[in-house]
Amino acid sequence: MTTRKYLLQFPEKAVGKPLIYHLAKDYDLMVNIFRAKIDPDDTGYMVLDISGTDENIKRAALFFKENGIIINEKMNGLTWDKERCVSCGNCITHCPSNALAITDRSTMEVSFNDEKCIECMNCISHCPFNACSSIFNNTK
Amino acid sequence: MKTYEEINQKIKSGDAVVMNAEEIINYVEQKGLTKAAEEVDVVTTATFGPMCSSGCFINFGQSSPKIRITEAWLDDVPIYSGLAAVDAYLGATQLRQNDPANMYYPGDFRFGGAHVIEKLIRGEQVQLFALSYGTDEYPTKEIRTYVTLDDLNQSQMVNPRNCYQNYNIATNTSDRSIYTYFGHLKPKMQNLVYCSAGQLSPLLNDPLYTTIGIGTKVWLAGAQGHVYAEGTQHSSDCNRSENGVPREGAGTLSLTADMKEMDPEFVRGVSFKGYGVSLALGIGIPIPILNEDILKQTTVRDKDIYAQLIDYATDYPNATGKSLAEFNYEELKSGEVSYRGKKIEVSSISSYSKAVKIANRLKDEIQNGSFTLAEPYKKLPPKSSTKSMKIINEK
Repeated sequence: MTTRKYLLQFPEKAVGKPLIYHLAKDYDLMVNIFRAKIDPDDTGYMVLDISGTDENIKRAALFFKENGIIINEKMNGLTWDKERCVSCGNCITHCPSNALAITDRSTMEVSFNDEKCIECMNCISHCPFNACSSIFNNTK
Repeated sequence: MKTYEEINQKIKSGDAVVMNAEEIINYVEQKGLTKAAEEVDVVTTATFGPMCSSGCFINFGQSSPKIRITEAWLDDVPIYSGLAAVDAYLGATQLRQNDPANMYYPGDFRFGGAHVIEKLIRGEQVQLFALSYGTDEYPTKEIRTYVTLDDLNQSQMVNPRNCYQNYNIATNTSDRSIYTYFGHLKPKMQNLVYCSAGQLSPLLNDPLYTTIGIGTKVWLAGAQGHVYAEGTQHSSDCNRSENGVPREGAGTLSLTADMKEMDPEFVRGVSFKGYGVSLALGIGIPIPILNEDILKQTTVRDKDIYAQLIDYATDYPNATGKSLAEFNYEELKSGEVSYRGKKIEVSSISSYSKAVKIANRLKDEIQNGSFTLAEPYKKLPPKSSTKSMKIINEK
């Protein structure tokens, strides 16, 4: 028995399919949903654990892809828009994990390391330039 | 000694020697002041940051039948129309109609005048809604349509206060978070925020306004514009270091340029939670190296430029004029300073990397002959101070 954590991103047209039903019935998988946003008129996401045999998890992943569902293995819902960011650095003191940082003080350029990001979403409300957004934040 | 005419001749023939205000520091150190002053023709300076006192005059062109607009909105942001028929002024900090502002504190201020300006410069369509009481020669009473920058007859950015010579460093000594135009200031001095390009900033490289004056040509977000007056609250009579560099706010510039020539990378609507909307602008100003003294001023370094630490919880709102400490820009740019034995994180709301980019863009334009210099026809006031408002209770 293997457990894998996934962030699934649904394009508009994929929302509305009975996904969880198929996971349980066709692939004999146990599903534990942590957070989800499913809106028939919009894009959606789901963060979930899937437990089952390796073979069935692999088949389920293929099933996701066939249905246009994007598997975000990095689990990262936060997007930093490099073009919108002007490197003012206002976010730096509000980013607790240093995912947003000025690594070279001679250029003073801001960079984003998504592996350090803990999705606290502080940057979203602290960026005056609207450079940060998250699929988990409905206000954006 | 060089003249503006000589430098412009060299620019036109593609022979001008141009450096940015960062490069010039080491160059003068290596070559010596005298030799460098002979060789270098222009030093480019730049800044990028929020500048609230910005906006633009617009002419929409007439409808048929004609309208004399008395009230108008662009993307639901009110614009000032107490001008001729289809002229208006769109201010950067104007909020969208019905924005709840700080009713649910701290407000988000997602969209305002500055964002409309940014959209126009990006070439996007904005909605015009205009009303009038109707007159014999201007009978139309209501218009709803969409316009782009191309549709406008004129769209002139006219900014009463840009390019602050120096600026405060903000902190918060109180025990609750405060929300300002410096962003979120955490309680008990957990962070400091500054706003200046330091050694690259235009008026810090010409601290006594020798070459930057009224009539000076400037690079305003990619367009060629000029200084049309001293900026509002220009207070040149201030606390200065021995090198003449102000240790506080000091001088400001009023700038204007045609929005149709602007690059959207350098015109950005910004939203400050709890404060409001502002416009971030990129500005470059060339300094002609007419003599050694002018060159010497352009070699100013971050470590020789000081700014005052102001408490935005008490001293700033109450206008006490009190400064808690002063730091130089080398310390500030390191990301951490020490205050009374405590390390404090520092960030900024201006962009040094964008300022470098602008200084280099201006340098390229001067080198390829497309940007020549203009001699100011009038000096900025050298000894002016700012008056406070008188509050008269009875008359």
